[in-house]
Amino acid sequence: MSDASGARAEVELVQLLTPEGERVSHPDYTFHGTDADIAGFYRDMVLTRRIDTEATALQRQGELGIWASCLGQEAAQVGSGRAMSDQDFVFPTYREHGVAWCLGVDPVRLLGLFRGVDMGGWDPIATGFALYTIVIGAQTLHATGYAMGLERDGLVGTGDPARDAAVIGYFGDGAISQGDVNEAFVFASSYNAPIVFFCQNNQWAISEPIERQSRIPLYQRAAGFGFPGVRVDGNDVLAVKAVTEEALERARSGNGPTLIEAYTYRMGAHTTSDDPTKYRLADELEHWRLKDPIERVRAYLVRHGAVDDAFFTDLETESDALAAHLRQQCLEMPDPAATEMFDWVYAETTPYLKEQQAAFAAYQASFETESASGTGGH
Amino acid sequence: MATMTIAKALNAGLRRALEADPKVVLAGEDIGKLGGVFRVTEGLQKDFGEHRVIDSPLAESGIIGTAVGMAMRGYRPVCEIQFDGFVYPAYDQIVSQVAKMHFRSRGLLKMPMVIRIPFGGGIGAVEHHSESPEAYFAHTAGLKVVACSNALDAYWMIQQAIASDDPVIFLEPKRRYHEKAEVDDTATPDPLHAARVVQPGSDVTLLAYGPMVKVCLDAATAAAEEGRSLEVIDLRSLSPLDMAVVAQSAQKTGRVITVHEAPVNLGLGSELSARITEQCFYSLEAPVLRVGGFDTPYPPSRLEEDYLPDLDRVLDMVDRSLAY
Repeated sequence: MSDASGARAEVELVQLLTPEGERVSHPDYTFHGTDADIAGFYRDMVLTRRIDTEATALQRQGELGIWASCLGQEAAQVGSGRAMSDQDFVFPTYREHGVAWCLGVDPVRLLGLFRGVDMGGWDPIATGFALYTIVIGAQTLHATGYAMGLERDGLVGTGDPARDAAVIGYFGDGAISQGDVNEAFVFASSYNAPIVFFCQNNQWAISEPIERQSRIPLYQRAAGFGFPGVRVDGNDVLAVKAVTEEALERARSGNGPTLIEAYTYRMGAHTTSDDPTKYRLADELEHWRLKDPIERVRAYLVRHGAVDDAFFTDLETESDALAAHLRQQCLEMPDPAATEMFDWVYAETTPYLKEQQAAFAAYQASFETESASGTGGH
Repeated sequence: MATMTIAKALNAGLRRALEADPKVVLAGEDIGKLGGVFRVTEGLQKDFGEHRVIDSPLAESGIIGTAVGMAMRGYRPVCEIQFDGFVYPAYDQIVSQVAKMHFRSRGLLKMPMVIRIPFGGGIGAVEHHSESPEAYFAHTAGLKVVACSNALDAYWMIQQAIASDDPVIFLEPKRRYHEKAEVDDTATPDPLHAARVVQPGSDVTLLAYGPMVKVCLDAATAAAEEGRSLEVIDLRSLSPLDMAVVAQSAQKTGRVITVHEAPVNLGLGSELSARITEQCFYSLEAPVLRVGGFDTPYPPSRLEEDYLPDLDRVLDMVDRSLAY
């Protein structure tokens, strides 16, 4: 933690729940929920982690081509996900499994992309959760444009909490180096778009450390674009919820964008394809393990008697059932019909593509005819 | 019926699209008060407001990327890229995002977006202002690519492109912006993706689009004086290609020449040549020949007349075709 952004992190960090599970106050932000809400976030984070570990296991067993783990980022995702209203819209990267969970996206649907049976199998309009974007930072512009659309639709600053809407665009610390993210900041600021830029600074862009991305704390970038930035303890679900809620409210009421830097840590690999032991020290992981976003909430809940033992055992049962469901559904996920790939290229398909589709269908059918007539040659 | 330039016809077409559908929005650099560097959007912001005609920051990826989000919100963005060579900063958003959104979402998300690009050379500009990027986009599944060559098409094709539920790269022949033609705003236009025989002939077929259509028509006129009958086809749509019209002409004349400003190597002419050979092999009297820009970067403007195909280069290739 010798980097410029890390050195002052503790001072600037908004924190409402310490790693030891103690509630603390902050002059600008307050968590307004109840202990029951906190127990609910605990459940969300435990189940998110279970989805993540199960998917990682499925990848190791060859059932998924790759998986981008969110291990360690559960508080950043659940805290922000639970801050949204029904009418808000999310533009994720490829790692926002916990946000997807909060928005009610069936976790099975997250697997399709990584198994290679679809490009993202959920309905973005119905769920308010756009498809995962692989190109780093590209979605921050889509998020900004969508927010500009909300404003044009008269859904900002009406004063009606059931109508006013905002967008959250997620990205990582690596993406902040991308031109698209900087262009998104410019557009959002110039048009006062109702958007929250939610940067999960997990310290590593594959093997590139945050020092290679920025000489200043990331949230301070916002000042250069003319809107507020705030750094929150990304492993503190209460603080993330409070900070995101306020930023969303700011956006919905017509006061423009906010950059939130959720200061957190990716405890696993970037994806199942890389090996973090090659680029970072075990000490660092140990340091962050002590700040585990789930453990601190558990400590709080236990210490304050907010839940009974049955809560934890029930949750374990639920978690096991979710994992079993995910595994079974993953294995049963059918491959799409090959001729379908032609169907979705255009809204109004072209004659040439129809020809190709028909020719390919006939080609495939020819094998079936051959094997049926015993001339397959095997 | 009015006579107007291509630039004015585009302006009138955009105006009609803005009037017809409140979800149509224009976005681009300098398109508001200035009316665009070619004045194609002149007066539109004054009449439709800053929310419909959006002056953009100088950030091409931002223009296209935010249009993706607006399209997801139900808008029909029409983006202006100021010059062809400036489209490359937006290339990733166009080919990786715009082109694939419908496919990725299995049809749940449409991208009814138009990306207007003044393209080609011949105006004595500095570098990056005279490119022919059409093959990059025609090669990308999910995009449709069209080019207008006259005011009548400009008026109708821009409206058809805006009405399309697919993303359309709309190429405007910048050196023809000020050429005039009669525009009938009550006519029934040809379909957007139909090619058109603009000069019937029987000896050799010339396939062209955008700025080269006029060059080919001039070549046909000159050839006629020597008793040669050239058929000129304005492709209008580069992706998809209207192969029915192309093949019919190839079978009639047996000789085909493709003409474009873009470098010949892997240009649109290559695809046309391959498909004509596949479909019309037994009708051909000569190989399909290609006239185009050289495989060099676009040269300094003092050399562009050497670089750009002209009437003489087209006629020279007609001689070669007829020599087989």
